[in-house]
Amino acid sequence: MADFLYQLLLTFDATLRIAAPLILCAMAGIFAERSGVIDISLEGKMLTGAFVAAAVAALSGSPWLGLICAIFASIFMSLVHGFACITHKGNQVISGVAINILASGLTVVIGIALFRRGGQTPTLGRDERFKPLDWIGTETLDAVPLLGVIYRQLISGHNVLVYLALLAVPLTAFIIYRTRFGLRMRAVGEVPEAVDSAGVSVTWLRYRALIIGGVFCGIAGAYLSVAQGGNFVREMSAGKGYIALAAVIFGNWRPLRAFMACLMFGFLEAATSRLQGVDLPLIGEVPTQLMLALPYVLTVLLLAGFIGRPSPPAAIGQPYHK
Amino acid sequence: MTDTNKDGSGGAAPYALELKGVSKSFGLIRANRDITLAVRPGSIHGIIGENGAGKSTLMNIVYGMHVRDEGEILVGGEPVDMRSSADAISHGIGMVHQHFMLVPTFTVLENVMLGSEGGALLREGRQAARDRIVELSERYNLRIDPDALVGDLNVGQRQRVEIIKALKGGAKILILDEPTGVLTPQEAEQLFEILKVLRDRGVSVLLITHKLAEIMEITDAVDIMRQGQIVGHRKTAETSPAELAELMVGRKVLLEVERTEANPGDVQFSASGLGYTNSQGVVELQDISFEVRAGEILGVAGVSGNGQTQLMEVLAGMRHLTAGSISILGTEVTPATETNPRIIRDLGLRHIPEDRHQHGLILHFEARENMILGVQDSDLAGTGFLMDPAAIEANCREKMRDYDVRPDAPRHFAKNFSGGNQQKIVIAREFSANPVVLLVGQPTRGVDVGAIEFIHKQLLALRDAGCAILLVSVELDEIMSLSDRIMVLCDGHNVGIVDRAEADRQTLGLMMAGQKREGHAA
Repeated sequence: MADFLYQLLLTFDATLRIAAPLILCAMAGIFAERSGVIDISLEGKMLTGAFVAAAVAALSGSPWLGLICAIFASIFMSLVHGFACITHKGNQVISGVAINILASGLTVVIGIALFRRGGQTPTLGRDERFKPLDWIGTETLDAVPLLGVIYRQLISGHNVLVYLALLAVPLTAFIIYRTRFGLRMRAVGEVPEAVDSAGVSVTWLRYRALIIGGVFCGIAGAYLSVAQGGNFVREMSAGKGYIALAAVIFGNWRPLRAFMACLMFGFLEAATSRLQGVDLPLIGEVPTQLMLALPYVLTVLLLAGFIGRPSPPAAIGQPYHK
Repeated sequence: MTDTNKDGSGGAAPYALELKGVSKSFGLIRANRDITLAVRPGSIHGIIGENGAGKSTLMNIVYGMHVRDEGEILVGGEPVDMRSSADAISHGIGMVHQHFMLVPTFTVLENVMLGSEGGALLREGRQAARDRIVELSERYNLRIDPDALVGDLNVGQRQRVEIIKALKGGAKILILDEPTGVLTPQEAEQLFEILKVLRDRGVSVLLITHKLAEIMEITDAVDIMRQGQIVGHRKTAETSPAELAELMVGRKVLLEVERTEANPGDVQFSASGLGYTNSQGVVELQDISFEVRAGEILGVAGVSGNGQTQLMEVLAGMRHLTAGSISILGTEVTPATETNPRIIRDLGLRHIPEDRHQHGLILHFEARENMILGVQDSDLAGTGFLMDPAAIEANCREKMRDYDVRPDAPRHFAKNFSGGNQQKIVIAREFSANPVVLLVGQPTRGVDVGAIEFIHKQLLALRDAGCAILLVSVELDEIMSLSDRIMVLCDGHNVGIVDRAEADRQTLGLMMAGQKREGHAA
């Protein structure tokens, strides 16, 4: 039993690490979509961020510089998206897909040109990455049963970007629900005419929402390549952007619920890898195939309406014409 | 063009709002031409005109949503360069739009705050906004709960929220664009009471409407618009609904059509007590009864927006009647009957829709494809499972020749034909089926003079061949020159049916103002 609890604890620990980029991207998606812009390009922005972070960290030796450059690169991609579908009123899905394809190709091409390693970036040394932070008191608390293990494994011992991801959720909720900008942003995603007739620029509001999303996606990208991993590998975002988007929809475009959805996805993935071949109490050994299929089965079930009817922003996907 | 009456009392006081020579074009369409008007402070000023006369465009110019091409706007005697709604708001102009500018998922308070939150954090301005709502609702009798979700409010309450929004910054000029279009009569009455209070407290109200009764009931002065221009200015006390109706519809050169005496046969098409209530619960048609005989044209006249569109769509099966019954060649259609345009067409009724771009054609399809729309299952499109392109093209070519469609190019896209020739494609498709009952809406809207004559001749030929025709048009001349009998609609009611011989402009004008019924149309 104690062994099972320990396994569970390790699974929760892995859940956080897997969910961190999903959470950041989901918050980015909430900003974009609440302002009325569909953001399929979360994936591409994250991938861009991952490459730029790893490349800059490898060249400069500083993960922080890598992070900052990743954020700017991701914002640039956001601006491209905005230019196409806010300024020029293009189709938001097509623009998003185009950015994903662009990011997928461009990262590899530039990677080969810079490092000649088939699109990968050099493996970063210990000091060139974001290291796990051991919080004070880990040693002393170790003596306490249960609490000590939880503190060491679950609360302490993550890198700074995981904590940043956790911080992004209340921050997003605060901006959206408590600030002037948030009120206007939500309004522009529902009834842009109302915002326009109040004398506020629809265009500039949507751009700002996308820029904030760019910041979050850039951090998520840097997390993949200079915190969780040690270098950039082609296509390393591996669909996480789309899963984050699914989490936004599961979460009904609300920060806290989207966060829970990200944790659920993270937990399923962590459980899949960790619980393979493990004996569970009462159930016995779960077949690997079932564990692998579980996230997808759940996704389909949830999408089929087990979470109630989604209520997307009313003006989502519609360019604003006067 | 406008006679700005200067009566002795207010010589020195500047107008609350003045427009001088304002024009606006969208592409080739001149939506507003040389508009000059003046609104006295503390008055209710009406602007009346038919749908599409340019009223909403004009008000959007005043409110800065559209930027004028030429002309001057003066607020309180000072010229203002109106470039955005923020400009308008800062000069004390508020607007209640025809379609509400409210976020349904927000509370009343949040909707009112939007755009003037009073600080970067909502907490800072929330109490002030709440106080302002309470203050305004007390001063102008606009009862509303600040914490109610707008999505839960009824239409009348939403309109009050819009008025509060417009007044929150201390607006002295309030524009209302077709405010009663979505209201029940009781809600409209309440609105008028509110507007009178506003006027008495010094607010200048601009009321945009196409309803004569409203102008007569509540305004102090009125400007009449037609085809983007102001065609008259009257003091309400010195005018009459009939005069306004005539100004709105206008006089046009009567196109003489050669016609023979009608030779009516049996009743082919009739309605009895027909009613239609839309999904919002607004009654749009009430108690309409008529009969159309074989070989006769029944014209439907009225100022546009008085239920003509709804009547056409209900009769064609595009909307479902909610009361009464329709009879087509002896088959009864009641609210219990399943209807759709196809079922109705199979009963023998053919339909030339009012809006050919929306309902008559698919603009991005070729002419030959449009020529078989709705009859694509018949042999015209070829027998069997596959379509027969050669048959479709031959069918189109033949009809284009018969109905003089130019160019006679079956493979041109419908959007590339002129308005008149687009209409001829629709007419060719429907007329060539030799209909026994025909519904025709605005057959010559946006059609050049030559095509008008052709279409009129075709309609009369069809009548002489024994077809029962119901013709809806807002062109009074068209109705008068083609119809054998004329039914007049006002506010969704049948005001009466008159014979061609007794129908002169004066009679029809009075009827269009709803004057045959007791009092004004509510």
